[in-house]
Amino acid sequence: MNQLAEIISRNEDKIRAEWIEGMSRSVQRADLISKAELDEQCREILRAIVAGVKSSGPIDIVSTGWEAAREIFQAISASRARQGFTPVEVATYVLSLKQPLFGAIRSTVKGSQDELFETIWAATELLDRLALVTTEAYMTTREELIARQQQELLELSTPVVKLWDGILALPIIGTLDSSRTQMVMENLLQTVVATNSKYAIIDITGVPTVDTLVAQHLLKTITAARLMGAECIISGVRPQIAQTIVHLGINLEDVVTKAKLSDAFALALQRSGRGVTRTNGAQGKVNPVTTVLEKREE
Amino acid sequence: MNVLKRDLQHLKNSNDVVAARQKVRSWATELRFSLVDQTKLVTAASELARNALEHGSGGVMILESLSNGAKSGLRLVFEDQGPGIADIEQALKDGFTTGSGLGLGLGGSKRLVNEFSIESEVGKGTKVTVIRWR
Amino acid sequence: MERIPVLRMGPLLLVTIQVDMHDKLALQLQDDITQRISEFGSTGVLIDISSLEIVDSFIGRMLANIAAMSRVLGAEAVVVGMQPAVAITLVELGMSLPGVRTALSVEAGMELLVGAVSNAAHGSEDERPQTRSAAS
Repeated sequence: MNQLAEIISRNEDKIRAEWIEGMSRSVQRADLISKAELDEQCREILRAIVAGVKSSGPIDIVSTGWEAAREIFQAISASRARQGFTPVEVATYVLSLKQPLFGAIRSTVKGSQDELFETIWAATELLDRLALVTTEAYMTTREELIARQQQELLELSTPVVKLWDGILALPIIGTLDSSRTQMVMENLLQTVVATNSKYAIIDITGVPTVDTLVAQHLLKTITAARLMGAECIISGVRPQIAQTIVHLGINLEDVVTKAKLSDAFALALQRSGRGVTRTNGAQGKVNPVTTVLEKREE
Repeated sequence: MNVLKRDLQHLKNSNDVVAARQKVRSWATELRFSLVDQTKLVTAASELARNALEHGSGGVMILESLSNGAKSGLRLVFEDQGPGIADIEQALKDGFTTGSGLGLGLGGSKRLVNEFSIESEVGKGTKVTVIRWR
Repeated sequence: MERIPVLRMGPLLLVTIQVDMHDKLALQLQDDITQRISEFGSTGVLIDISSLEIVDSFIGRMLANIAAMSRVLGAEAVVVGMQPAVAITLVELGMSLPGVRTALSVEAGMELLVGAVSNAAHGSEDERPQTRSAAS
């Protein structure tokens, strides 16, 4: 089917111009890609198709002769996926090449009807297959993007915060399931090592329920931290959670728990031999408010 | 499921247990397991290799790298011709707690891997198969 | 046979485990430590496992044994520098090593031991309530 390659090469500029024009009516997305860039991409694609057809024919697009072309399609598709093109826009991009291509074929193949039909058939099959390659690449890129975002979301939802020298806080929001706990544990322990922090306050104000499983997960984290030489304090224990823990018979007797994060912080400070003192203001001036209050008390 | 690569490690003495650990570590690194997953797998291998050696009077560890569609994994099989385990369920329960018990490390190892299966016949031997997926 | 060196630093013994130990080496270490404690009258043992990438149940038991034996001989043992992946795995295995004191670093470990040593010498109580992390 080298005729196809010939037809495209000879009419390249015309095909490309018609292709782009055909696109502008539905799919060009000038907001996402400039005309010059688009022009260049189409040029690249047409050249790749010609090279592919010339080396391995228009049917076997998985062969090595088509590898370069496949890569171009995949790259363009992936970049469009990232840029925010819709799947329809990406597929249409390839399929809208049909009209100008058929036009070029019709004006070139002046022989039998059979020959005309066969050439057009080869062209349409080729473009369909390329459109599928493009769509598949698009899907893969989107899936990778989603997976990465999920990971980031997971990480963001359990940040480890340094409260003070050697004191970390881990505010947990949402439910603690197995995979999340793994991530929380790893993150916390790595931060403990990196910051050389002996105390880690795990605040569970944002954890809606504590069942036996969640308690187990928490205990695992605390035990691992202890093995490394750090101590965990659990804070944010709400009255309902305290009741649940007792009812379920969960044994927390080796674990220090506090109702409020501030209490846990105070304890960590105390245990590390530090405290907070009040000073009398920047220039040692007497605070008028406290003076009034003190006077009132008198 | 495809087996991509296969290797064997004899377990005849305590040096072999170290060699087994190192082999598993090297394969796990090649398969790009995360550090925690690697550690879990190598530790499980150490437990099971030692079991085969001490309770099974020596045996063999077979490593296989697997591919199941998009997933890749590492399968380890520990086989010995030892006395076998009479009560498998009980053996699985006796995980280590304070480290003073004798336990067989089976219960613990089970928690370190994704798939775990054990066949044992008294007088014939034991075969433990574990898989960790990436 | 190769041995893991047990160094003496005043009243303390310092052990750094850097190799992947086979069982005999581990048992030899246990022996050596108890020997040295007796020989020198050491009051503290610091075991640095920051280079250990694998701690299985055997090694875990070894650490627990060293801690227990040391205590019987009048010395305190502290295990320092356990790697996060190792800690996570040990917990999953089901080992929590309750009788073993731990610290984040050699520095922190020394602080613990020096405190213990001077307390032993002066027979005084710990200056603050014994925290569980120090006792684990």
